[in-house]
Amino acid sequence: MNAATGYNFAYLDEGTKRMIRRAILKAIAIPGYQVPFASREMPMPYGWGTGGVQVTAAILGRADVLKVIDQGSDDTTNAVSIRAFFARTADVAVTTRTREATVIQTRHRIPEAPLSEGQVLVYQVPIPEPLRFLEPRETETRQLHALAEYGLMHVKLYEDIARHGHIATTYAYPVEVAGRYVMDPSPTPKFDNPKMDDCPALQLFGAGREKRIYAVPPHTRVRSLDFEDHPFRVQSFDRPCALCGAEGVYLDEVLLDDAGGRMFVCSDTDHCEERRADGHVGTGGMEAAHV
Amino acid sequence: MLARGFSDPVHDAQGVFRAVMDALARPGTLQPLAATLEPPAPLTPELAAIALALADADAALWLDEALRHDPAVADFLRFHTGARIADAPSEAAFALVSDAAACPDFAAFAQGTPAYPDRSATLVLAVCDLSDVEGWRLDGPGIRESARLAAAPLPADMLARLARNHAGFPQGIDLILAAPGRLAALPRSTRVQEG
Repeated sequence: MNAATGYNFAYLDEGTKRMIRRAILKAIAIPGYQVPFASREMPMPYGWGTGGVQVTAAILGRADVLKVIDQGSDDTTNAVSIRAFFARTADVAVTTRTREATVIQTRHRIPEAPLSEGQVLVYQVPIPEPLRFLEPRETETRQLHALAEYGLMHVKLYEDIARHGHIATTYAYPVEVAGRYVMDPSPTPKFDNPKMDDCPALQLFGAGREKRIYAVPPHTRVRSLDFEDHPFRVQSFDRPCALCGAEGVYLDEVLLDDAGGRMFVCSDTDHCEERRADGHVGTGGMEAAHV
Repeated sequence: MLARGFSDPVHDAQGVFRAVMDALARPGTLQPLAATLEPPAPLTPELAAIALALADADAALWLDEALRHDPAVADFLRFHTGARIADAPSEAAFALVSDAAACPDFAAFAQGTPAYPDRSATLVLAVCDLSDVEGWRLDGPGIRESARLAAAPLPADMLARLARNHAGFPQGIDLILAAPGRLAALPRSTRVQEG
């Protein structure tokens, strides 16, 4: 019996799960296309991952091992509460280790450790429509997708270049999926975009407030939009992680005091912990040991 | 007497869904499906399991001629799913086809619209043989380089039908091939060629 009694397995009723499951199947068959679904009220406010939670609840089985990250971290409020939610309502095993998880729900990061076949990455999505800030009418954006008319998006990226000298979009950077639909990868840093391409894991996206589900099947081409003379480039950091010394990973800035002290550490806490357990130490590693 | 449904409705349905999801996400792979149902013939345990897992009052079923022949099949599905049995193939979310070789033309089923390609049918075909080491060559989303798939029995012009279906992307139907104990899927995004 579940620890939280009175609820169905994984909180949602079976009718809702079937509806979400049917939406997921169509989303997989039409990569990058946003499937409307009848998003439910969840016991958490919009913006806290109601879409991702519903997708996770619909796919989760007893044998799954769930990991939840919030900006790469397993330890922040959103991640802790969603992990506890499923531990209570579905009684599934939970983990913070990327390699051990079968289902990873994420709010805006893709783990640094390469994902594997058989894993499912579930994204929490605030605004699924990549064209929404360019065209507010749903009737119009739907038509634009139907016609594969994405000129607006290229104009937006061009205006970035005209104004800033480079494409200034750094997160929710639009991608083209399998050569057809332009998709919002959710507000992940563009640093993570290349990980979506040819990813061995299945990627599912749930937007609760906006009532949309979309998907990228494994080994699918995901191309970040760019121009020949302004190719897509990811952020780079001029120093390694202060705790584990990792290079080529996404870093968070952490303020240490009110005198301008700061350090840059791995955004992916599991990756950082694993490296430190293996004996890697960064320049700030010693200080961190007694914080 | 009415044959029973899932013995564990929550977890059996989840297991069947995950098998279908994995099959669609990785076209050409065979996913195990332990169907323990004993539905009235000619409805196979696999077709029954997929219907019970995914159909309900919001997702109508269509039955091929062989399945319509014995009213016990429709009674079984209606009782366990609550789904409407559609008269016209174009009204169904899921089409169950037990005589796969006589499957109607895909154009008879809902194809979705350019704005809503998801409003399209999923065809579930019962086959006897299913193999991922020989047969057609598949490529597309979900497939690393290429995959192979062979299934029988199927309509003689299956390859041409699949080519037309793929050419209509993003509109079209999605196909689930269910053999005893396992299934494979061919979503509209998959390009299927002679092996």
